[in-house]
Parts: sequence; C-alpha cells; structure tokens
Amino acid sequence: MSDATLDQIDDVDHVGLGEEVERRLQRSERRRGFLLALPAYVYMILFFVVPLIIVLVYSFATRTRTGDTSLSGWNLDAYRRLTEDFIIDSVVRSAVLALITTLICLVVGYPYAYFAATRGPTVRNLMLIAVMIPFWTNFLVRNYSWRLLLSSGGPISSVTETIGLGETDLLFTRTAVVLGLVYSFLPFMILPLYAAVERLDWRLVEASRDLYSNGFQSFIRIVLPLSLPGIIAGSILVFVPSLGAYVTPEILGGGKSPMLGSVIVTQFLTARNWPVGASMSFVLMAVMLVSTVIYFRSGGKNL
Amino acid sequence: MTTAVSMRALTKRFDDVVAVDDVDLDIADGEFFALLGPSGCGKTTTLRMIAGLEIPSAGSLKIFGDEVGTLPPNKRPVNTVFQNYALFPHMSVADNVGFGLKMQKVAKDEIARRVAEAISLVQLAGMEDRRPAQLSGGQQQRVALARALVNRPKVLLLDEPLAALDLKLRQGMQFELKELQREIGITFVFVTHDQEEAMSMADRIGVMGDGKLLQVGTPEDIYDTPVSRFVADFIGRSNFLPGTIESPSTVCLTNGTRVTMHTDGDAGDAVAISLRPERAHLEVRGEAPEGQPSLDGLVQTVTFLGGSVVYHVGLDWMTLEVSTENRPGLQRHQPGDAVTVWWHEDAIAVVPR
Repeated sequence: MSDATLDQIDDVDHVGLGEEVERRLQRSERRRGFLLALPAYVYMILFFVVPLIIVLVYSFATRTRTGDTSLSGWNLDAYRRLTEDFIIDSVVRSAVLALITTLICLVVGYPYAYFAATRGPTVRNLMLIAVMIPFWTNFLVRNYSWRLLLSSGGPISSVTETIGLGETDLLFTRTAVVLGLVYSFLPFMILPLYAAVERLDWRLVEASRDLYSNGFQSFIRIVLPLSLPGIIAGSILVFVPSLGAYVTPEILGGGKSPMLGSVIVTQFLTARNWPVGASMSFVLMAVMLVSTVIYFRSGGKNL
Repeated sequence: MTTAVSMRALTKRFDDVVAVDDVDLDIADGEFFALLGPSGCGKTTTLRMIAGLEIPSAGSLKIFGDEVGTLPPNKRPVNTVFQNYALFPHMSVADNVGFGLKMQKVAKDEIARRVAEAISLVQLAGMEDRRPAQLSGGQQQRVALARALVNRPKVLLLDEPLAALDLKLRQGMQFELKELQREIGITFVFVTHDQEEAMSMADRIGVMGDGKLLQVGTPEDIYDTPVSRFVADFIGRSNFLPGTIESPSTVCLTNGTRVTMHTDGDAGDAVAISLRPERAHLEVRGEAPEGQPSLDGLVQTVTFLGGSVVYHVGLDWMTLEVSTENRPGLQRHQPGDAVTVWWHEDAIAVVPR
C-alpha cells in the first residue's frame, strides 16, 4: 500500500470504519509478507547468523597450551594479535592484490560491457553467454587449468619463447594470482556494468552532443557518471571475494606469500589458534559489510 | 529575408524504410515554424537531421547557407529541446543549463552570468541547486528550454516539448513559448502532432505525412485551402463529399447535386468537397436561404460539447458532421428532425478524392 494512498485516505473526513478496514488490510499484508519470507529467514538464521555468532564467540576464547580452545576466560587477546606483522603483511598484500584485480577487471570489463550493451539482441546475448560459460566448469578445475597454462614449458611459455622473449615462468608469482583472480571474478564486474550501461538513457547522450560535447566528453560527463552504480557494484563484487580469496592464491600463488584467506586457514588448521582465526574472519567480514553498506548508500543516489 | 534552414531533396532511409522522402523546405530567419504530422510521418527525423543526430541519406541541408549534412551535432549553431527534456539527472539545474557553455569553454564568470540570466528568463530563479527529479514537469520543461537558449543558438529545435504536460499547463506554455520567441527573435522549428498547438503558435506550418512534406503555409492557408484530403482531415475536422468536376466552376456530387465553385481540376476528375463542420449551417427543412448550396437530411445524433453542439446529419448517401456554436436563442434540433445543411460557396475546398 503506497504512502500516497494512505495520505489521501487521511485527508478525507471519514468515519472510523474505513480506517479500521485499512488497518486490517495492512496487517494481513504484513503477515503474508512474513510467511512468504519465513523459509529464507530460517535458512539465514541457521546457516549464517548462528555460525557467525559461533565465530564471534570463539574470537573471544582462549587458546590452551596444547592448541585446544577453551571456552572460558573471555578476552581480547586474539584481536590484539591482529596487529602482528605477519597478519598486517597478509592484509596489505591481499588488499593490494584485490585492488589491482578490481582495477584490471574494471578496465577490461567496462569496454566489454559497454560494447555488449550497445549491440543488437543477438550479439548482446552471445556476449553475455560467453561471460557465463566458464561457470559451467568447476572452479577448482579452472584454476588448475591456469596452472598448466602458466607453468614453465606450458603454452604461454612456449609462445613467448617462440617470439624470442625467452622462457616465462609465471606460476607461483603474484602476477599468476592476479591473473587467476581476474579470470575468476571478471563476470562479477561485467554483469553489473552491463546492466548499468544497458539501462542508460541514450537520449541524454544525444542531448550532451547537442550541447557541444564531443564523443569523449559525452562519455566522461554523461555515460560514466550514470553507470557509476554499476562500477561500484562490480568493484565491490570483485574486491570483496578477491580480498578473502583462498583457492586461487593457494593453487597459483604457491603459498610463498600467503594472502588473507590462506592465513586464516593456517590459523585454524595448522597453528591451531582458533581465536585468532575467528577474530580475523570476523574483522574481514566486518570490512566487507561496511563496504557493501557504502555501496548501497552511494548506489541510491543519482538514480 | 535570410534563410535559416534550407532543405533540398532531403531524404533519410532506415534500411528499407524511407522516413523522410525528398523534402524541399526553406525556413526563414526569425520564423516560428511548425512541422506537423501524425506519429511516424518523419517530422522528428527531419528535426534530428537539422540537429545532426541523424545523417541524411541524400539531399542537401543548409543552416544559414552552410552545408551541414554530415557535421556532428556539437559543430552546429542549433540546440534542441528534447521530447521528455533529456535533462541530466546527475546534475543540478544550474549545471544542466551551463553544460553547453562549459563544453564550449566559455569563461567561468560568464557561464555563471548567462546561466543566471537564462534561469530567470524561464522564471526558475531559486531552483538552481535542485536536481531535475525534484522539479515538476513544467519546471523541467523550462530547464530544458533554458539549457538550449543559454547557448544563443541560431535555430532552436523543439521536439514535442509540450506533449508531456497536462492540458492547462500546455496551453499556458504555448503562449509563453510564442512570447519568448517574439522577444528573442531566433528561429524556432517546432515538431508536433497536435494541430491546435501548431496553429496557435506557428507563423507557418509544414504538414508531413508518410515522409513527404505535403503542404507548407500559414495556419489560415492550410486550414482554408488544404491541398489534399489527408491535410484537410489532419488539420481540424472535415466532411468529405465525393463528387466529379463537370466544368471549372461546377462540381457534381455523387447524389446529383450541383455545387458552383472555382476548381483547378479538369472535367471528369474525381474529387471531394471538404466541408468543415463549423462552416456548415443547419436549418429546419425549407428554411435554408435561397441560392446557396444545400443538402437535405435527418438529424441522427446531437452531442453537446459546452461551447458547441455537434449534430450528425444523415443524408441518404452519407453522414455529415455539423457543429453549431452554443449561443442563447439558437434553435436546438432533436434526433429525427428533418433539416437542411447549407453553406456559403466560399466556405469549402476541393481536394482530390
């Protein structure tokens, strides 16, 4: 029930009956909404909220000398340890790699999305399908394929050797990690960008052309600002999973300079320090949450 | 008089469709010119070619003597008020209005001055910092107007700028636009499908149909002497009485009635007489004045429209629409009344059937 309708009803000098009917309608509307969403609520509580609380609880727990976790003596030690060098290093490293990944995805994805969104339906659909096809293959398989491609003596190396650039050994370098991340998350950049460009009002571009801007100026002043929600959405969708990525850095990075995801896994499985692993996970999640909120805030404007 | 826009054999094809077909037209400097026609008649495409948003397929298009056919829009001395305004949603009113000047690299203080001037010209002072979404339709329309006029174009193009406004506002804006045009004296080319809008504002009207320019003239010319049935029908309402030319001064209607009038056609040509509903008179049968062309019939329906009363009169071979002014003392006829429809000889036009 929209506000306007309610206002109109309030404006009328009515008897109490209409008001009561209106109230009951609203109540039943709310009840129906709640019942429809109930399965989703249950799912979210069981598999998201409860585990999250468990992680939070563990982050305040104590690690015993034997490596067990004692759920007593609550303290903030795990959070204090977050400032230790190896953790800060991994955070900075992950952030830088995630940022680079995001930028590359943006630079590669924008032209692709723009081109696709401005074509006819056939080309447009083909280009979108091309983006989605890799999802049909298992994530691990795709990452291991990159391992083959990048290894010394692999196809990429042979090509560079043939054209006289010498042997390349990209595997287990940061370049390999970024390459893998870009490959994995590019669709998450392209799809929101495509949606943003596709619903752009091209008459605004015509208006800007009529008002003395050349094609480039029209792009900078009209197309880019109006597709900003897509840019922000795509960037968050790439940055956030890149920041916490585990599989790709493990497979292509060789674990020499671990990223955040690997460090967390190490805390849980190798170092057996659950409180530290939990506090890291929790802080990472908080950062992701904050950036998502920023997105929704800024995405609400200009639209 | 200088010619502002000149078209020669101007043609635009989209694949197999000819949107604008061989149009010749001269629009004079300072003129308020309306391109009028039903949707899909090519009027907007013609306007877009003047703006540079469409490239002509053939022919010549000159603006103040310069051939502009393939010149991009930003290189032309024209600006457009778009249908639905196309205001930039992410910019304030002032930034919207100043956009063209900024792109032309006009100095900042001059932009500020001219923007303020344009905004006060369209009576939007105080709204500078608002976003388009915070404005009413009428206000948005004014921003679009200011955004175009601030650049001092030599020709202002308007693409159905009033179509999105409600009737009262539209009528007010028609008057304001006309005043504004008189004040600043630049050429306006106005596209509309609303014949009343075109007639109330334009110095001259070009009627388009199916990509062709059918008739160009003052509103009076076109209303009084339409060149074709299409034009007569599109501009106002009309009855078409089929007949055949007998001699240069006589048309024989299908029912055998002879009507005396001047025609340019040849004897034997199938024509129609266009009789405007408000130019036909209605009398009780037998009371029509002698010596004027008349037809007998029966009143079928009576429709009261406030300012006028519209009768449908059934002849035995067709139905006529007659509109009478609603004045006190005027005799009202009832359905079934036997009446005579008559008209003055000079009240009609002959068009090809």
